[in-house]
Amino acid sequence: MSAALVIRGLRKEYRAGVPVLRDVSLEVGGTGMTAIIGPSGTGKSTLIRCINRLVDPTAGEILFGGTDLARLKGRALREARRRIGMVFQEYNLVERLSVIENLLCGRLGYVPVWRAWLRRFPPQDVARAFDLLDAVGLGDFATRRADALSGGQRQRVGIARAIMQDPELVLADEPTSSLDPKTSVEIMELLAQLARERGIPVIVNIHNVELAKRFAERIVGMSQGAIVFDGPPAELRESHLLAIYGGQGWIDA
Amino acid sequence: MSAATLRTPFPANWWARTLWTALALYVLYACGILDVSWDRFVRGLDNGAKFLDRMFPPDFSRQKLDLLQVGMIESMQIAVLSTAAGVVLSLPLGLLAARNLMPGWVSWGARGVIALCRSFHPVITAILFVKAVGFGALAGVLALIVASMGFISKLFAEAIEEMNLKQVEAVRATGAGFFNVLIMGVFPQVIARFIGFSVYQLDSNLRNSTMVGIVGGGGIGATLFTAYQRFDYDFVLTILLAIIAVIMVAEIVSAQLRKAFQ
Amino acid sequence: MSELARLRTWQRFTLAQRVGRGLTYVLAAVAVVWSLRTIEVIPEFLYDAPEQTADLFRRMWPIDWSFWHEMVAEALVETFHTATLGTIIALVLSVPVALLAARNVTPSPTLNLVAKFILVSSRSVNSLIWALLFVAVFGPGALAGTLAIAFRSIGFVGKLLAEAIEEAQRGPLEALTAAGAPRASILLKGYWPQVEPSFWSVALFRWDINIRESAVLGLVGAGGIGVALDTGLNNLYWDQVGLCLLVIFLVVIATEIATSAIRSRII
Repeated sequence: MSAALVIRGLRKEYRAGVPVLRDVSLEVGGTGMTAIIGPSGTGKSTLIRCINRLVDPTAGEILFGGTDLARLKGRALREARRRIGMVFQEYNLVERLSVIENLLCGRLGYVPVWRAWLRRFPPQDVARAFDLLDAVGLGDFATRRADALSGGQRQRVGIARAIMQDPELVLADEPTSSLDPKTSVEIMELLAQLARERGIPVIVNIHNVELAKRFAERIVGMSQGAIVFDGPPAELRESHLLAIYGGQGWIDA
Repeated sequence: MSAATLRTPFPANWWARTLWTALALYVLYACGILDVSWDRFVRGLDNGAKFLDRMFPPDFSRQKLDLLQVGMIESMQIAVLSTAAGVVLSLPLGLLAARNLMPGWVSWGARGVIALCRSFHPVITAILFVKAVGFGALAGVLALIVASMGFISKLFAEAIEEMNLKQVEAVRATGAGFFNVLIMGVFPQVIARFIGFSVYQLDSNLRNSTMVGIVGGGGIGATLFTAYQRFDYDFVLTILLAIIAVIMVAEIVSAQLRKAFQ
Repeated sequence: MSELARLRTWQRFTLAQRVGRGLTYVLAAVAVVWSLRTIEVIPEFLYDAPEQTADLFRRMWPIDWSFWHEMVAEALVETFHTATLGTIIALVLSVPVALLAARNVTPSPTLNLVAKFILVSSRSVNSLIWALLFVAVFGPGALAGTLAIAFRSIGFVGKLLAEAIEEAQRGPLEALTAAGAPRASILLKGYWPQVEPSFWSVALFRWDINIRESAVLGLVGAGGIGVALDTGLNNLYWDQVGLCLLVIFLVVIATEIATSAIRSRII
């Protein structure tokens, strides 16, 4: 299986000398869901944001389809970003826009400025947005404003927006942390289904170890800016969780 | 029950007392400095009675009404033009001044321009423009453009700085270019407020256009000042009433407009 | 073709909304074009504008510092007092008007309307025009300026104060009424504590504006630094004008810094 994404020696320091990521190296295959688990503040979010360069890494390389994302600038960077979809913890929909406009935001890397200005998106894009909206079960909400939706509905829109980009890779940053347990499962199912049906790799940051084990084919455990576990869910033992999260009391015997 | 156990529910607030006393003393002192005395005030009231007497009844003769109409229309034109140009210029200026969208040196530069626009009263700007482009409405328009730019772009920049950056980040993550991020990520969040500021400024420019005429900037202010200098006080009253009426209507209209765009 | 026809379409606004928006845009464009066509512009004046502007600044420099002792220093103090005293008078006068304008304090629509009319009149007439009127009544000088500032500010302070009063929570007021408190006590102990923060912030805001406004009142003879400016302008002593402009600029900056410091300390 060829690797879609190769990260080598990735280092990020927000303040000089205080690395949040300590030379992380990771390869992600062409399909399937990879879950990154680890305590808060350990650099999971930073790692994901370095991939699509919402955060600029200090050192290291991120090879995606042969190009090093860490060195891209301007137009080339935007063209790389539109091949990578992203799902956010707090959905990050543009709240004053309608649901359908939020979906069409996923096409912004492709459409010229005047089309966005006049809201003259290509008819194929609009039709696809409607189809996707049906697929995530929100067909009736197209012209509602995004801030009228519930959390779970918003996250479905967020996922649909990422798919609108025709991504070759999807990043999800704590997609379930703001949702109730039942909705969390539904959202993870949706992501897993997406990874399966479209055959694109999905990288998920997640707090919830159970959800990670249930949906991901591969678990990456991080602690203090470094990878301390990497393997299938079945191999994840309590000793690994101890190494990742530290402490003892939170694991029920 | 001994006196020692009595608790006062209201401890004396010496800070407030000192401040109030200081305020009272200041008023007395300032009155002295400005030569505000009861005597002068009473004499003034006497004058005022004569003045009011000469104002009433307001002059509604045909010829005066024509003058009024010409001046008022020019004032409205000044307001429309200065607001239109001010809005068009404020959009980029406000964007440039927003610290969360622009690199530091750009926003500081833009903030400097805004501060300069705001620091002079429109009348002073009007004086300078009268010298530069001559007497007439153009000087008034230019002066009010400067004032509009100061007001709208400052508030617009603040609105942008208060917006939700996560939504912008999400749009940026889709690979959208700078302008597409503006259109779909930034504007939806701030455009309603921008329109609100612009409509308010139209109102405010109409009000100020009655003033720039006094220093030669055209409009109803010029008509008013001429009548005043000719001791044509009954016409002055006519003009004042007209100004109040027009501004009342403008306030109602602009309130409706703001509601419609919100 | 049939492929395209099958596609669902989406438009941002309904037809009625689009017509409404279109009309607004057309109306705005017509207003601008109409103003542009009829406004009087003398091209000859426009051509030499850059030259005139350059000339203006050349004559302002070097600034005539001797004018500072002659006129500016004293006038500056006068401007400060005009603004401050005018603001204080306005605060005092605007309270009763605001009470009359607030619908929850004064339940009579007629009185509300009268108060609103007073507030709008005060605001529509510019401070410079108020100054003209008071100069005619009291003669030239700072008294006219102070009253002009006061009368222009009543509308501003009164409007914001009335809004603050109308936003006061009903609960505490009902409790006081239920306790049988007289109207004056309800005002003092029910409304005032709720309104006080916005009262002071409005006062500060208006004082900042009034410093700017009182700096130009002298142009119509109402005292302060504007008188010095007017003298310089009339005599075409641009170096004196330059000094006045510089001083006004510095005062405005200082006031802005002072008010924002006070605001961040208090609020």
